[in-house]
Amino acid sequence: MDAATQRGPAQAEAQASPHSAVHTQGGLLPLPTQSSLPAITRDELLGLYRQMALIRRVEELAAKAYTQRKILGFCHLYIGQESVAVGAAVATKGDYWMAAYREHGHAMAKGTSARAVMAELYGRRDGASRGLGGSMHIFDREHDFLGGYGIVGAHVPLAAGVAFAAKYRGEGRVALCYFGDGAAHQGAFFEALCLAQLYKLPAVFICENNFYAMGTPLHRQSALADMSLRADGIGMQRDAFEGFDVELVRERVARAADYARAGNGPVMLEIVTYRHRGHSMSDPAKYRPAGELEQYKEESDPLKITLRRLTEDFGVTEAELEALQAGVEAECEDAVAFAEASPIPDPADLYRYTYAPQQTTMGVGEAAPTFTIPALRAQKEG
Amino acid sequence: MATLQIREALRRAMVEEMRRDDRIFLMGEEVGHYNGAYKVSQGMLEEFGEQRVIDTPISENGFAGLGVGAAMVGLRPIIEFMTWNFSLVAYDQVINSAAKIYQMSGGQYSAPMVFRGPNGTAENLAAQHSTSVDSLYAHFPGLKVVTYCDAADAYGLLKAALRDDGPVCFLESELTYGMKGEVPDEEHIIPLGQAKVRRAGRDLSLITWGKQVFTCEAAAKQLEADGIDVEVVDLRSLRPLDHQTLFASVAKTRRAVVVHEGHLFAGVGAEIVARLQEALFDVLEAPVLRVTSRDVPQPYASNLEKLVNPDAARVVEAVRKSLGR
Repeated sequence: MDAATQRGPAQAEAQASPHSAVHTQGGLLPLPTQSSLPAITRDELLGLYRQMALIRRVEELAAKAYTQRKILGFCHLYIGQESVAVGAAVATKGDYWMAAYREHGHAMAKGTSARAVMAELYGRRDGASRGLGGSMHIFDREHDFLGGYGIVGAHVPLAAGVAFAAKYRGEGRVALCYFGDGAAHQGAFFEALCLAQLYKLPAVFICENNFYAMGTPLHRQSALADMSLRADGIGMQRDAFEGFDVELVRERVARAADYARAGNGPVMLEIVTYRHRGHSMSDPAKYRPAGELEQYKEESDPLKITLRRLTEDFGVTEAELEALQAGVEAECEDAVAFAEASPIPDPADLYRYTYAPQQTTMGVGEAAPTFTIPALRAQKEG
Repeated sequence: MATLQIREALRRAMVEEMRRDDRIFLMGEEVGHYNGAYKVSQGMLEEFGEQRVIDTPISENGFAGLGVGAAMVGLRPIIEFMTWNFSLVAYDQVINSAAKIYQMSGGQYSAPMVFRGPNGTAENLAAQHSTSVDSLYAHFPGLKVVTYCDAADAYGLLKAALRDDGPVCFLESELTYGMKGEVPDEEHIIPLGQAKVRRAGRDLSLITWGKQVFTCEAAAKQLEADGIDVEVVDLRSLRPLDHQTLFASVAKTRRAVVVHEGHLFAGVGAEIVARLQEALFDVLEAPVLRVTSRDVPQPYASNLEKLVNPDAARVVEAVRKSLGR
């Protein structure tokens, strides 16, 4: 094993410091050393734990339904990485999110219900994307979750565009974009980061480095072990850290979001994580070195880490945890029942979503309905 | 009536729509400070500023995708490709993102935007700068593909494309940017999906679009001298396709030749021939023929280039073959 595959929980402390070193070249402002978030409370952490437990249980039930051929196609599970999306959501609930194809957990962390996710996996009418998207294309406009995408790295420019729109309209909102270590080799990824930095867009690009691009380990796909170093060549602010502890993710993503929101430009984050399952349901993940998975499950499972903190530092009781787990179980059972009962899409709707219905008027001499640039809007109104 | 160059007509469409709707911005290589590689966007930076007329690095995949993302959350980007040849490095964004987003999100997000730039052969630009991308984009449901031949249509069709609520590929031509034509002074908008009969005739229908309309009109004139009366139909929009005008013309003349710049193999002409024989097999008097760019990458030398491109002589020959005279 070389350095790339050895990076893991044992190296966490040693690696955290060079990765977290503030990059100030090129006149960039440093990242804040503390986020705008208040100190975490017992209730808040319990809530984050519940969200992680819910995501894990939904994924486990999705795996079960997949083996029963109730869920079809490709299905990529987020088990092991839950702390990333759940921690990141705290400071970015009202922002835009975009993710790749391992996105069930991101959607739920952003607010999509377990019901809507499960029904989408089942290909049903009540699914988040009405059964048209499936596992890789969960969208939820209500929660500004702008989708799951299946072309590796190709959604990163889209996220830059969302950030562009947020800046254009002066919204004060940020676009968060999640992708894996595999995506950090795609041209689209580099182009998006270059554009985002050039235009100083309010975006946070999050590389969830889980060490494997499908079956190819990091050291065989990249000469660099830390994906956030990509940002150096672009002149972008960056940060890198291990993401197994939801509290740490909460704080460090909040700092990046604060930075981008304040108009300082985008940030690239590398969050080191680990998936417990294969790339997709069809992958037994036999390429992992013996003992690696077991070590991560033992030492770096986000649920175990937070559970320990809750019981040891916040005095959460066994009874409380049992009640929490029962609630999660009930919510998941309800989600599965909901998906099973939801009707399949209406064949009459097959062509309905190919072209958006025309709503903009073609009328000669008519004004457009809205002005989106604040300065122009003010001019027009005042 | 004002006499405008096509580039001016296109600019007028963009400027009018940008004054009307501040969700529209123009983004591309050299569109701002350089005033456009072909001067289509001349003066637009001055009027709208850097916030809305945005120069990009040479990064089509990136800025085409950026446009899709901005469109998904409510802006209406104009993404200019310096030529459509360069769109091929952004093909994934146009196809996998722009065209599919409405469907794969179950109707929650769409990408109202215009991708535009010059398409097809110019002169002596050789293999990599002479591609006609018509069939590459017309293939995909979710996209509209629009083109024009003269200044009035350039103006009216681009206006409609800018108001469309989905992604539109708008195909222009380097060779005709300077061509002048009359454009009505008052605002006008030509709905997408309406073909135009440029010349009525009874013996055969020439089905074409873009600057090949002029090739067909020249051929029609030559044939007229021999008493052959052909109709010239400018499709203007490949998607949506105006079946009604297409079928009505061919039902009347009973013969057709499709003329286009894209290559023969799997070109848009093949689709039109298929649709004609499916709908009108019983009225057709002869096989529907095609005159297209020949199936070779575009050569540089002028004599070879002329052999590749459709021209009036080849159109005349095809018409005569169809008519048997």
